[in-house]
Amino acid sequence: MAEYIPHEHDVLVIGAGGAGLRAAVEASAAGARVAVISKSLLGKAHTVMAEGGIAAAMGNVDDRDNWRVHFADTMRGGQYLSNWRMAELHAKEAPARVRELEAWGALFDRTRDGQILQRNFGGHRYPRLAHVGDRTGLEMIRTLQDHGIHLGLDVFMEHTIVRLLKHGEQIAGAFGYDRERGRFHVFRAKAVVLATGGIGRAYKITSNSWEYTGDGHSLAYHAGAALMDMEFVQFHPTGMIWPPSVRGILVTEGVRGEGGVLRNRNGERFMFKDIPPLYVSQTANSEEEGWRYTQGDKEARRPPELLTRDHVARCIRREVREGRGSPHGGVFLDIAWIKERIPNATEYIKKKLPSMYHQFKQLADIDITQEPMEVGPTTHYMMGGVRVGADSQMSDVPGLFAAGECAAGLHGANRLGGNSLSDLLVFGQRAGEFAAAFAKKNSFGNVESADLKSAEDWALQPFDQKGSDNPYAVQHKLQEVMQDLVGIVRQEGEMIQALERLRELKAASERVSVDGNREYNGGWHTALDLHHLITVSEIVTRAALERKESRGAHFRDDFPEKDKQFGSFNIVARKGVDGSMQFSREPIPPMRADLQQIIEEMK
Amino acid sequence: MATATFRIWRGERSSGQFRDYTTEVAAGMVVLDAVHQIQAEQAVDLAVRWNCKAGKCGSCSAEINGMPKLMCMTRLNTLALDKPVTIEPMKAFPHVRDLVTDVSWNYEVKQRIPMFKPRPPDAPDGTWRIAQEDVERVQEFRKCIECYLCQDVCHVLREHQMHEQFIGPRFLVYAAALEMHPLDVGDRVQDLRTQFGIGLCNITKCCTKVCPEGITITDNAIIPLKERVVDRFFDPLSKLFRIFAGRKT
Repeated sequence: MAEYIPHEHDVLVIGAGGAGLRAAVEASAAGARVAVISKSLLGKAHTVMAEGGIAAAMGNVDDRDNWRVHFADTMRGGQYLSNWRMAELHAKEAPARVRELEAWGALFDRTRDGQILQRNFGGHRYPRLAHVGDRTGLEMIRTLQDHGIHLGLDVFMEHTIVRLLKHGEQIAGAFGYDRERGRFHVFRAKAVVLATGGIGRAYKITSNSWEYTGDGHSLAYHAGAALMDMEFVQFHPTGMIWPPSVRGILVTEGVRGEGGVLRNRNGERFMFKDIPPLYVSQTANSEEEGWRYTQGDKEARRPPELLTRDHVARCIRREVREGRGSPHGGVFLDIAWIKERIPNATEYIKKKLPSMYHQFKQLADIDITQEPMEVGPTTHYMMGGVRVGADSQMSDVPGLFAAGECAAGLHGANRLGGNSLSDLLVFGQRAGEFAAAFAKKNSFGNVESADLKSAEDWALQPFDQKGSDNPYAVQHKLQEVMQDLVGIVRQEGEMIQALERLRELKAASERVSVDGNREYNGGWHTALDLHHLITVSEIVTRAALERKESRGAHFRDDFPEKDKQFGSFNIVARKGVDGSMQFSREPIPPMRADLQQIIEEMK
Repeated sequence: MATATFRIWRGERSSGQFRDYTTEVAAGMVVLDAVHQIQAEQAVDLAVRWNCKAGKCGSCSAEINGMPKLMCMTRLNTLALDKPVTIEPMKAFPHVRDLVTDVSWNYEVKQRIPMFKPRPPDAPDGTWRIAQEDVERVQEFRKCIECYLCQDVCHVLREHQMHEQFIGPRFLVYAAALEMHPLDVGDRVQDLRTQFGIGLCNITKCCTKVCPEGITITDNAIIPLKERVVDRFFDPLSKLFRIFAGRKT
């Protein structure tokens, strides 16, 4: 394979966000030679955009908190579709993973007695999110990056993987290119960890960065791994909506955690109108009680603005559709009102929510300490992903692991805010540990030169096709299809129409052409990303058709109620031997008795 | 609809020229929106590095009308659109293509700075106790998004190309964050003087002016570090003290 640049490592980590870096650190500590593939520059991954915090039941602010409560909160939030073993491991191990970050240099906000401060967030019973103002993700990725660079990792910045390589059933490595020169690389590895994040770029309105094109989901699927829970796409209730060019940029849930409230155009706190039965006993029944909760009153229950994201997003959509929205088609999120309650509110807001203050001031000419923000739902997170073993994070393909957003299991039908950063740490660590152990026990698989040739030919196709579709135009069309037809509220007719459109777009994506050469060519990169985007869009749509009920983030207009029968299985997608997309309903194993008891106790 | 013209640097490495692109502009647009629109409609192969488009990742640094800025945070209504808006790559780093530069030097520099080294834990459970006010001082430096605009504008790097002798404002901020970290017991003062070239900074504060995160680079990070170097190496009293205490410099 003379024409490809060869690399050999025990463990290849694809993705350099929180999960990828944590996996790489762990695998390296276990003695493995580790390569990290980063689609962007190191430290720029989507993790930097995480704002609110890391959920971990340390009990620093409220000593009633412990792993059992966190476990029960996660399962309830996920509408009991989560893998209970993952939810258990996550709740138990998150505190240690947070403390470890501190030992590596992270500086969290503090309690009065000098411990790590924790804040309230939607769906968490007690203040649980370790945070740094509203830039926790940046602190986390920088800590992992600055620690990791001293461990001898081989970091390949601005490299992209286009295909996984297998030897028989086992993983053998990956094939990709570097963005700068467009040269092809063959990464041979005994174990591969996917940590590529989400799929938000399949939607028009999204809080996600350009990298979120579903690479890991699609690579795993085409390599024969099973994907699970792909119908569950989280729409975060509060994205910016004005001006149009910033539409979708995230407004952290921390705004509501600090006392921000949602109002419609009539000034009404509409969230009080619809509180789901699962949450009635935990939700404040007056504005006064809700306020006391945000100020740390342990007797008070949380305001309905802090209900789970799926619910808040749908309530906002309802207000807008029923004519009670804000001027630009959202609702008002008001933190400025707290000046009626506390002295120095302006300073308090700037200190607690500095990035939000900055973001609105700079991009929308809005001073959030003085006036309300306009917000609306934005595509935020993919609950579904590669189906993995709970303890090891290994997929159905021996040697192929997945962690973080591209893996499924922890979040079920809906993720709680703050459980993503803890997910990255807990399961990144586990994936790294088990990938290193797998690499120790196994040898390199052979890489077939025919596989490399076919991947290369495929990748170069856009240069050979002249005068057909422009890759950006195809991507924009795809984003419109998913936004309009497979969005926050779904129905069969529209999704069938979406599949039809996706078929056309798939054909168009195979005909796209690009100009210029292979050096840092944005058009070429987009053309190759289309393959992943279309693969995951089709899986999302078909899985959503399959789930004929409404649960968590998945809402069907034609089946608006939760159906008990659908609560007993996950929907799993696989690529059939004939290349067709196949779906199965796989029963959720019965929960261990001690965990079941926790759920009962916390009801 | 209104249009505006963008004069974008196109080319590879040493060769290149400005090309004008006229595109539609709408309320609220930022420079990166215009660049994306041009890329989608007129220049499919245009090379531009970006990521979050929300001012949080520091990828889309460029020189807009000669000013080092993040393209995603520069609104068009802050620019005069009656004449072409020039967009160029950063000048302090080797050019790759169009708006993209090779910033890998920054990653090499960071690796040379001795890593965080905490004091032993304060509590038996392995945790530390830190006061909020001690955290805040360093949190300012840890806001850095590594956009390298401060490096781009620093004349030691930009004009004098002293990348070998000087680590630049970004990494002086990084070193300050480590030196002033409430838990860190490492010592980088000697390195700052010799290997990292802190003496080359003559505090013109250009870096502070361009920082999109508003970090007071010169006053809060560089000057205190310079003081530490002076205290250690040039203060006669502490010099005597060191001789008697038998400490090495």
